Amino acid sequence: MSDTKSTLIEIATKKRYKNKYHWTDYFSYFYLFLGVLLMFGPVVWLGLSSLKTQAGIQEYPPTILPLSQIQVQVDGYDKPLPIFNVTQEDGSVKQLAQIKRIGIKAKMVDPLNPEETIKVPIDKREKIREFKIQWENYVDPLRKYNFLLYFKNSTFITVIATIITLIINSMAAYALSIYEFRGKNFALVFVIGTLLIPLTIILVPVFYVIANFGMINSLWGVILPGAATPTGVFLLRQYMLTLPRELIEAARMDHASEWAIYWRVVLPLSIPAIAVLAIFSIMWRWNDFLWPLIVLSKSEVYTLQIGLNAFHGELTSQWNYVLSMTMVTLLPIAIIFAYLQKFITTGIASTGMK
Amino acid sequence: MKNTRNQIKSFFIRILNIPFAFFMHAIDLIMWPIQKIIGVRNMPYIFLLPNLIFFGLFVIIPLGANIFFSLSSGDELLFAERELPTTKQYDELLTCDNYLNPNTCTEDFFWRGVYNTIFFVFFQVGLMIFFSVLTAVILNKNIIGRGFFRSVFFFPVLLSPVVVGLIWQWILLKNGAFNAVIESYGGNKVSFLTDPSWAMASVIFVSIWAHMGFYTLIVLAGLQAIPPNLYEAAEMDGTSRERIFFRITLPLLMPNLLVVFILASIKGVQTFDEIYVLTGGGPGTSTSLIVQYIFTTGFASSGSVQNFGLAAAASMILGVVLLILTLMQLYFSRNKESKHQEI
Repeated sequence: MSDTKSTLIEIATKKRYKNKYHWTDYFSYFYLFLGVLLMFGPVVWLGLSSLKTQAGIQEYPPTILPLSQIQVQVDGYDKPLPIFNVTQEDGSVKQLAQIKRIGIKAKMVDPLNPEETIKVPIDKREKIREFKIQWENYVDPLRKYNFLLYFKNSTFITVIATIITLIINSMAAYALSIYEFRGKNFALVFVIGTLLIPLTIILVPVFYVIANFGMINSLWGVILPGAATPTGVFLLRQYMLTLPRELIEAARMDHASEWAIYWRVVLPLSIPAIAVLAIFSIMWRWNDFLWPLIVLSKSEVYTLQIGLNAFHGELTSQWNYVLSMTMVTLLPIAIIFAYLQKFITTGIASTGMK
Repeated sequence: MKNTRNQIKSFFIRILNIPFAFFMHAIDLIMWPIQKIIGVRNMPYIFLLPNLIFFGLFVIIPLGANIFFSLSSGDELLFAERELPTTKQYDELLTCDNYLNPNTCTEDFFWRGVYNTIFFVFFQVGLMIFFSVLTAVILNKNIIGRGFFRSVFFFPVLLSPVVVGLIWQWILLKNGAFNAVIESYGGNKVSFLTDPSWAMASVIFVSIWAHMGFYTLIVLAGLQAIPPNLYEAAEMDGTSRERIFFRITLPLLMPNLLVVFILASIKGVQTFDEIYVLTGGGPGTSTSLIVQYIFTTGFASSGSVQNFGLAAAASMILGVVLLILTLMQLYFSRNKESKHQEI
């Protein structure tokens, strides 16, 4: 145990120049610390704030933890009143409930003696808080608004689109890697050519094509245009080129059909590349925004992203709901990342795409 | 324990395999006769067909249609009801009394978009690559918790533009967390998103925050490809670290950086989503870029005028810019590969 500990310390303090700290070492840790704060902070802050009450969110300056002011029911008043610690003139502290604030004075009442009201200067009182998690932020929008439906639509698009992408891209990659045929180079150039034409520059006519198919406001209108990806074809082709040809020849000897060679021999061997493409496709589809924004204009076909954006537009003051639903939207991707982190980063580093 | 887990895993994989195998066998019932008729030699065409149909329908035909839309006028989407040929749209887009002042242009919104895009791409790409290189160099050192730090810098890449936009809109609010931090250090509140001169800076900042991790990862891969014996030799000679960085790391990283630079520009020119959520292109038109112009004129114009022709013409202009950038990228990455082979 102590042995591993000392090795750990040795690794931790190992430097390129022995026994000498360079200014870049100090700078590195300072930079990384700042980086963690700036990159991770906003999401942690989002998570914590999504558990606050509406009043807690609007508070300025904000509190870090989800604290909310304690409220009590006082006889003679309809609504529960917030409690404050009030410093009396003699220096003692008493708990009073606030009825309303008038300028720099607050009209307050003692909960134990509700008949009598007292006026207190506002700087003499201090909020009493308790740690309270507002789960309603998560439950209410799912119940009252269509978020469960949006979640379903997003999942449907992501799953179906990924399956279609994997099948047709792997078929094309199979043809372009295993066979020699006339027009192969033309097909390769054609695929590279589509790489030059991103969706952003053909928005209008793709919309026209989708409209002709009657797929406006249909989930299929979102799924189909992006199903064939040149990056996917290339990623899979590069991998399939490395497979040993003898396997395919052997399968042919056994009278396997070409389709059987494709799905029983080549596909199982290409699983690492297919998995990378699958993760990319899931990411693209779950986070897709511009195209669904154009195709989907009815709320019953909204995806989570579009629904969240529209919801934010409608309820600009309801930040507690907006924040909790933002959390719901980012969670699936965060979970996938937590599990497949290494896989994703090496996938991106080796292919240079996202 | 691990054994049972593996057993459970393989059990699930086997169950998932059943519908897959069923589906594939079903397709083989069609593919087998086709193979009998056309022969093995012609099978690759069948395999290519679905992908090419998709490319044809959603890339090639639209590209042709885009050229048609941009060269014809009228308010109708139907081909037959549009007037041909006309350069009206291009004239309208490109007419300016003074090209440096968007207000004198017929389509001032388009020219604002162009200038905003140039400004945005210049600063976003420049700063992002600077910070990506800095981060990658630091992450490439022998530091504690390297994997952790790497994922911290990377994870915003996976967040959706809506999530990024909403998180930062809320943090940059007038009564938001950022202003609270500034005030606690004695500064004054800033209207990050509603003050025209701050809005662009905020948008650039958020965009760098969201995409930096991706470029960091690519630069990191480039750094790790530098042969370690060069560093060892320099260390033997007692070269200072600053000198090692400027004389070994940076020059060897250059071909990589060039590709990253062009890649970032291609993405930067097409930026739309985060800005749309964050500021909606506002205040006024101070953060609206070209894609925002295309989207607004083509699909979301206030009133009934959706000018498809104008949007198509603007996309064609954007397309030419992207084409040049992409060809540059292909050229330089091929150059890079051939250089690697020489070494």
